[in-house]
Amino acid sequence: MILNPGRKAPNFSLNSTPDQKVSLKDFRGQPVILAFYPADWSPVCTDQLSLYAMVMPEFKKFNAELLAISVDNIWSHLAFAKDRKLNFPVLADFEPKGDISRKYGAFKEKIGESARALFVIDEQGIVRWSHLSPDGVNPGAEGILSALEQLNAPKAQ
Amino acid sequence: MSTTTATRHSRRPKKTLLEPTSKETYDSPKLVVPVDPNRDHVQGDPKAVLTLVEYGDYQCPFCGAAYPEVKKVQKELGSKLRFVFRNFPLTNIHEFAMTAAETAEAASAQGKFWEMHDFLYEHQATLADHSVALGYAKKLGLDTQRFEREIAQHVQEKRIKDDFMGGVRSGVNGTPTFYVNGVRHDGPAEAEALVESLRTKS
Repeated sequence: MILNPGRKAPNFSLNSTPDQKVSLKDFRGQPVILAFYPADWSPVCTDQLSLYAMVMPEFKKFNAELLAISVDNIWSHLAFAKDRKLNFPVLADFEPKGDISRKYGAFKEKIGESARALFVIDEQGIVRWSHLSPDGVNPGAEGILSALEQLNAPKAQ
Repeated sequence: MSTTTATRHSRRPKKTLLEPTSKETYDSPKLVVPVDPNRDHVQGDPKAVLTLVEYGDYQCPFCGAAYPEVKKVQKELGSKLRFVFRNFPLTNIHEFAMTAAETAEAASAQGKFWEMHDFLYEHQATLADHSVALGYAKKLGLDTQRFEREIAQHVQEKRIKDDFMGGVRSGVNGTPTFYVNGVRHDGPAEAEALVESLRTKS
């Protein structure tokens, strides 16, 4: 079961390049979108992350950061990100394999890949929205945008 | 140009014993931007009982493959169907998709949208060479100076981007994405599946 809204988002520190790590807590104070996905190199026209790269300006309107995570290694990620012109960090949950995906309830043990799961985390590091896509379904970007709008909805002071 | 051989239509949820599992049944997203005959490109009877909306990218090979399928659907359903095309150029992976969309919209400004739309899908391999579409614009009798100027000045860019964002908000997750009477069609982008979906959702 994936982490539900209201839970504190587990911190992590994962490689975005061979010598750079990205930690969730680096983004405290702004919304973070986590996109776990099964594998690099899905077909281009239906690729979830290519779509997110195009929708990035909309995410930025909410001051949100997007972090994509799969168990592929960093060299695959680098080639994939370059090929698809991805404009956000793509993190390798590679060693121990799937460790962070598991903490979010987004790891498929039997096939050893991350599930296609989305999380929107607020400025305080709390999960405010999560979504698990059925197998083979690219969830698109609409759910994320709606969740970001909800975060931005006026709160009682 | 993509050379992928994978099929577009693999997104229907399959029964699986793998974890984690989704507990809810899956609801296909709805089209949130209603068809507007004053703005949209509509082919067929505007008052038809069935509506098929496509979000497409002229450079997308899956859209190219779906193009003759849509023609078959139109032939089969005739006056019962109106077909709407909206732009969803995946410009970060398809370098010619935006210019192609602008080319079709520039032809539209002179009343020849569907002619150019069809030409672009029938000549996908030539999208890198804009002179091919320009030659066709001449053949259509368009004012090619105006046509070229509108493309160069990105006159239709906003419209194309509006189409794109409307698609994103409707749950477009790749190209092509079809909506059958306002509900996303998650089956194959093939005539038989589209016709069946149109008939059952009418």
